[in-house]
Amino acid sequence: MIHFMKFKTQYFLFSGIFLLIGIFSLIAWGLKPSIDFTGGALLEVSFDASQEDIDVADISQTVSEIENIDANSVQFIKDNKNYIIRTNSIGELQKNEILTALESKYSKPEEIKFETVGPTLGKELLVKTAIAIAIAAILILFYVAYQFKDKWYGLAAILAMFHDSIILVGAFALLGKLFNVEVDTLFVTALLTTLSFSVHDTIVVFDRIRELLRLRPGAKLEDVINEAVTETLSRSLNNSMTIIFMLTTLALLGGSTIKWFVVALLIGTISGTYSSTFTAAPLLLVLDKWKSRKTKS
Amino acid sequence: MVFAVTMFSIMVDLPKIPINFEYKNIKIHKEIGGYRLELFGGRIKRDLEIKKGLDIAGGVSVLLEADMSNVNSSDRPEALNSLKNIIERRVNLLGISEANVQTSQSADRYRVIVELAGVINATQALDTIGEVAQLDFRTESAKPQTVEIQNEDGTTSPYTIPNYDKTDLTGADLRKATVVFQNSNGIQTGEPEIQLQFNAEGTKKFREITQKSIDKRVAIYLDDKVVIAPTVQSAITDGLAVITGGFTIDQAKTLATQLNAGALPVPVTVLEQRTVGPTLGQESVDKSVYAGAVGLLIVMAFMILYYGRLGILASIALIIYGLITLALYKLIPVVLTLPGLAGFILSIGMAVDANILIFERIKEELRLNKPLSIALENGFGRSWDSIRDANIATLVTSFILFNPLDWAFLPTSGSIRGFALTLALGIFISLFTGIIVTRNLVRVFFHKKI
Repeated sequence: MIHFMKFKTQYFLFSGIFLLIGIFSLIAWGLKPSIDFTGGALLEVSFDASQEDIDVADISQTVSEIENIDANSVQFIKDNKNYIIRTNSIGELQKNEILTALESKYSKPEEIKFETVGPTLGKELLVKTAIAIAIAAILILFYVAYQFKDKWYGLAAILAMFHDSIILVGAFALLGKLFNVEVDTLFVTALLTTLSFSVHDTIVVFDRIRELLRLRPGAKLEDVINEAVTETLSRSLNNSMTIIFMLTTLALLGGSTIKWFVVALLIGTISGTYSSTFTAAPLLLVLDKWKSRKTKS
Repeated sequence: MVFAVTMFSIMVDLPKIPINFEYKNIKIHKEIGGYRLELFGGRIKRDLEIKKGLDIAGGVSVLLEADMSNVNSSDRPEALNSLKNIIERRVNLLGISEANVQTSQSADRYRVIVELAGVINATQALDTIGEVAQLDFRTESAKPQTVEIQNEDGTTSPYTIPNYDKTDLTGADLRKATVVFQNSNGIQTGEPEIQLQFNAEGTKKFREITQKSIDKRVAIYLDDKVVIAPTVQSAITDGLAVITGGFTIDQAKTLATQLNAGALPVPVTVLEQRTVGPTLGQESVDKSVYAGAVGLLIVMAFMILYYGRLGILASIALIIYGLITLALYKLIPVVLTLPGLAGFILSIGMAVDANILIFERIKEELRLNKPLSIALENGFGRSWDSIRDANIATLVTSFILFNPLDWAFLPTSGSIRGFALTLALGIFISLFTGIIVTRNLVRVFFHKKI
């Protein structure tokens, strides 16, 4: 048995650093919402391959010269040499105007993808998404509470879940600042999946703690937790490794469309694995000490 | 049982593979795979192919909102339904084979979702579907207007065109417009005409209009533009009007289409539109499948290196998992989207979870010096609770993401649903392969040694 809990301050410190970076990024730069939430349009175009790379500012100006269209940003994707033009919410006809304008200046623009979302719909989705996250969190909370019939287990699991969510959201605030990564409905999907993965691992550890407590009544909680963590760590790591293998290959080799979705899942999985063993389990210990101190006084 | 499920899955999974084999006198030309499913004496028939979502196959998806402000609240559901029917008719006019038109209604929002797979000309499709086409009938007003028309020699001359006044007869009152051929004394002369059929309300309104407009023009407007302005010859009382005018068949057909298409009961606006070209999706799929294959090999190598013989069995179970999953995708059928594909690849990583839990248990039991046979059985038996508990949370999340009951307060999006579905399916199938399949494999392969 390895005495894992001896280093619980270090675990919390390690988590704390990431949490601080996450919270700082979130406050300093915030998240970049995609058109899913704000409304607006996104047009991905490719040009004749023989053509030299076009200056994005040039495209931006060409597009903005069209009446009632503002190019909010133009982005070059290295993977497939396409350009993504983001504008205000426009219709099919206005999109065709953009294509015509581009055609008059550059060689053979081709529409790869076009998305436009009305501003009211974006707001609506934002509300719906918030509801979905709330329902998922509440259901998982109830499930954990029911499963362990002990609010302290539930609380520790939920705190670990919050830990993972903050790290994931913070990471995307940072990625948004560094690489202009946007937060869309797929990100929310990844966030919800992370919530469930986080509890998934935590439940396995807690299950073992409970089982050991039943086997040896009267044993010290700290010893039991150490033993449970020792026993479940290789399982927890191995399982996450297989998931991480799949996600890493997908992030590196898969297409650009779902790249950030996969990255979000990857961050969530790594944080979830760490938090189950090194956040949730020590938290249980801290909560227990705090509880007994309170009952004594 | 495990063997039978696997064989069945392989059969379903096989794509069409033509076999052409020639050697001296032996010639084999045969196609294997690509099976069709026929159940209940052929009443349920389906080609077993994976259905591709719009983001993979390419296509257009549009969310339209109906403006119901001028419709009584009790009539709104019906108006929405007829809107859907008309849009379906328009889509059929385009000759798009894979189209999906759905309505969605929540509180006072009435919406139609149109999904067209593989459409290349999105502009034409959208034009046809619903760029707020409003049809109405107008009568000639007492005061005509005079416009200057430029002559060929550059001079201008005055020209009188009639002005039209709006009436309350609109596209909502038109049941349909069809092309018919002129009949005189029972003999078809071949002259195409357009026949208009009104509903009860429309019949009444049209009777009043035609009674007032004999020998005058009645104009049909589509989006405030005159489509045609025939002269009324007599009052029409039975709601069945015929427009003649020396059309060619093509002209008559176009006009009938315009009139049919124009008969939207309420104006609509495009809330959201997503168009994906066919190349982007395929490119992403190819890359994802490649990434998935590489990932699968790494996971298998990892399992074998770490768990030895048990790892080999887990890898076999993993391959069976993949086969069964693909077979189910074809059978259900699951519409595969890019996030769905990511869900599938993610689920491969998760599928070994049950195996890892069990194998770790077996190792522990062995450490306690229990005989192998007991360790194996205990490993499988005692892990079940943990496996079940751990997966319920993921299933709850999948349920919310998939939103199977179409709750209006939750987001519904095809790609998210695709992800939730493949994730949930992955959990169920991996429970089967991870526990039942591996257990049987372990029993078969380890039996002799015990």
